[in-house]
Amino acid sequence: MNRYPLWKNLIVVVVVLVGLFYALPNFFGEEPALQISKRDGAVEQTALAEAQSALRAAGIDYTRSETQDESALIRFPSTDEQLEAVDVVRAALGGDYPVALNLAPAAPDWLTDLGALPMYLGLDLRGGVHFLMQVDMDAAIKTALERRVDGMRADLRQTKLRYVSAEVGDDQRIRVRFRDAADRDQAIEQLTADYEDLTFDESEIEGEPYLVAKMTEEGVTTERRAALEQNITTLRNRVNELGVAEPLIQQQGEDRIVVELPGIQDTVRAKEILGATATLEFRLVHGTPTDWMEADDSGSVPPQARLYQRRGGGPVLLKRQVIVTGDRVTGASSGFDQDSGSPAVFVNLDSQGARRMADITGDNIGQQMGVVFIENRTDSKVVDGKLVEEKRRVEEVINVATIRDQLANRFQITGLDSPEEARNLALLLRAGALRAPMDIVEERTVGPSLGAENIQAGVNAAILGFVLVAIFMMIYYRVFGVIAVVALVTNLILIVAVLSMLQATLTLPGIAGIVLTVGMAVDANVLIFERIREELRNGMTPHAAMKAGYERAFATILDANITTLLAALALFAFGTGPIKGFAVTLSIGILASMFTAVMLSRALANLIYGRQARLKGLSI
Amino acid sequence: MNVFPPNARFDFFGKRFIAYVLSVLLLLVAAGSLATKGLNLGLDFTGGVVVELGYPQGADIEAVRDTLDEHGFDQAVAQLFGSSESVLVRLPPSGESQSRVADAVLTALQAEAEDVTMRRVEYVGPAVGKELFNAGGLALLVVLAGILVYVGFRFQLRLAGGAILALAHDLVVVLGIVSLLGIRFDLTVLAAFLALAGYSINDTIVVFDRIRENFQKMRKGTEQEVMNASVNQTMSRTVITSGTTFFTALALFVFGGEALYGFSLTLLLGIAIGTFSSVYVASALSLDMGLKRQDLLKIDDREKAKQVEDNAS
Repeated sequence: MNRYPLWKNLIVVVVVLVGLFYALPNFFGEEPALQISKRDGAVEQTALAEAQSALRAAGIDYTRSETQDESALIRFPSTDEQLEAVDVVRAALGGDYPVALNLAPAAPDWLTDLGALPMYLGLDLRGGVHFLMQVDMDAAIKTALERRVDGMRADLRQTKLRYVSAEVGDDQRIRVRFRDAADRDQAIEQLTADYEDLTFDESEIEGEPYLVAKMTEEGVTTERRAALEQNITTLRNRVNELGVAEPLIQQQGEDRIVVELPGIQDTVRAKEILGATATLEFRLVHGTPTDWMEADDSGSVPPQARLYQRRGGGPVLLKRQVIVTGDRVTGASSGFDQDSGSPAVFVNLDSQGARRMADITGDNIGQQMGVVFIENRTDSKVVDGKLVEEKRRVEEVINVATIRDQLANRFQITGLDSPEEARNLALLLRAGALRAPMDIVEERTVGPSLGAENIQAGVNAAILGFVLVAIFMMIYYRVFGVIAVVALVTNLILIVAVLSMLQATLTLPGIAGIVLTVGMAVDANVLIFERIREELRNGMTPHAAMKAGYERAFATILDANITTLLAALALFAFGTGPIKGFAVTLSIGILASMFTAVMLSRALANLIYGRQARLKGLSI
Repeated sequence: MNVFPPNARFDFFGKRFIAYVLSVLLLLVAAGSLATKGLNLGLDFTGGVVVELGYPQGADIEAVRDTLDEHGFDQAVAQLFGSSESVLVRLPPSGESQSRVADAVLTALQAEAEDVTMRRVEYVGPAVGKELFNAGGLALLVVLAGILVYVGFRFQLRLAGGAILALAHDLVVVLGIVSLLGIRFDLTVLAAFLALAGYSINDTIVVFDRIRENFQKMRKGTEQEVMNASVNQTMSRTVITSGTTFFTALALFVFGGEALYGFSLTLLLGIAIGTFSSVYVASALSLDMGLKRQDLLKIDDREKAKQVEDNAS
């Protein structure tokens, strides 16, 4: 007699039911939706109501709307309405509410409320952009050193130590030139105490006394970490500004950042915004237009000033000392200057920036102030059939204006070329600056049509593979073949359920892993059934053969599956993106097949044959 | 119904030298192709740019090439991809960041014909490509080492040696065929290789398991006779499992589209080679490496001794 104890049968029933429940949301598909968030804080019911009334006014149908966490969701019957609606909602709510296109799970609320969510589709299935960005750490260190030099200049001035020049070289060293060695030695003594992350050395270059400073190991590590962290924060802000639903921004390794933007169509703008380094600086003007021309012609710039070019053409001298940088901006919006009608950016400063701005402009009423626009640009052009890219740092003065009043925390900047530029600059100022420039070292973009085709291809292959295997098993093993097919279906349901529970990413190779599992999962049943046949041939009674088949085959199944699992784990550890997806589905498939092929199929076999005391034979 | 006669007594191991000759031939061809032709490494490993464009009206590939030439992309290679509605443009890697190149190609071609859609853009920097290649190689080594340790621990070192050699044999032969057929070796093909490593060892272990069992059960007969019996007994399972896995890989090959072409073809080849090697290479090599009955009996004896102890207490 072959009977499972009650607890084993219960385990089988419970696992199958739980699997069914968590797999269920995947069968409802997704529906087009708009996701509304708010720049700082949660979306209010009133804002949602406003969006709804705007949609009704425009005659656009929507199926339902809800708020979840901090954002709101409006669902539409088709993508046509969704695309029409996005502009309507954006116009109705204004710039403080980023609106993103989204595909929302169409599963009923009672399922989602219990935490049953559909699988998360990878970019190769839903379409979207994957960027791997490399942070230029040399530039990050250099910028950090430049900040130190600014501080050192101020410190030396304060203690009346006279230096000739202070620069950061391309070899990441600060060089300060002095008139005599005594001043230098005194400066080293003073600065060593103040700059803990620098080491100072004295040196002579062409007979002149120099101070050479470089950053310590720890200083470099700290700076690198800070650069990476700030870049991630800034990217996150910028992606929010772009209005992307469910973005992923993650550190990879020591100097790389992964950015994944599902559903993005306009990759050019996405790249422009993510990689942009544009920021602003405010400086007082030095001297008169005659001084500027003279400095430009002769090349000799007064030590307390820097020579800039104006965007409209012509030189201008600005003081080295910066009043405020773009870091101090807390809010920025674009619009038009009321007097001239030219594109403008309206800027809000934080309290520290506002205080500095107020102090300096208050002391300098009647003087002029310059706005410097700073950007790292990559120009590409085709030379001799090869694309050549050139990186350069653009620093141009977009605006020089006379200070009429003391400025406080809110003012406007003009001198921009187009409303587009004003819009982008405002966005970048809001999102914060990148601490170091970044290069895209890997990009994978999948258009939405290809994503849909990939899903179709995967599903078709899965169905064909399943049907072929199922037909063979049922013909070859008859009743036990049917048992194996039931086990196989359950196996598929369990894979989908576990993927949904883990919210693991399903990719095209992941689907391939599921399809392959269909072929490999029956192996366990084949091993068992062949063993049963063998024992029957050896003269065992049906009951004994069934028992022996299941029990003896188990050690083999375990050994065989553990080695396959080893391979899958290595894939997971070393693979990236889609390959990880393959490894995940393969591993889950193997584990699930151990349960379905051994426990579930035995429970079924026991159910069919186990109670028959005088069992003549097995249909196998 | 049986795919393999249940009471067959084929002399697999008596004829193992024919199989060795076949194996060596396959290995030679593989090594020759790898040495002369090399692998057609894909963008994932070399770096470079791939742009796939959709032409709903069908593409004029010559016109596409002309447009690319006009815009100075004379290193670009354009070809139809799967159907006339899809065009693939490849650009070789250059030292610089090429992420803007893909946009430039797209813009140039979209200016020429209005309804061109972007289906896929892939850009991999040369440094990233090298890293992916190294990571893949490392993954393969870790899998081999892990399997060696596991099989050595669970079975016996000579069997582990046979299993590892069989696995290496499979991977080299399939790699050789991939090279010979000019299949583009990208990340998905690498994944197929790792999956094959798992599959091939799975097959080998089922045979080993039976060999161990039979050594403990069949007190008479030479090593060769016992191993022959084991392979005969597991043959129908080997054929069926290979068959079902082959079916599903075939389904992927037929319906998986261009994205899974290399992946599924590699699997199909690997399943065939892996089935052959688990019988002939793994077991036969273990036999020729001097596998003795005693090697596998020890485990059994130890277990018996333990049982006696357990019963006594």
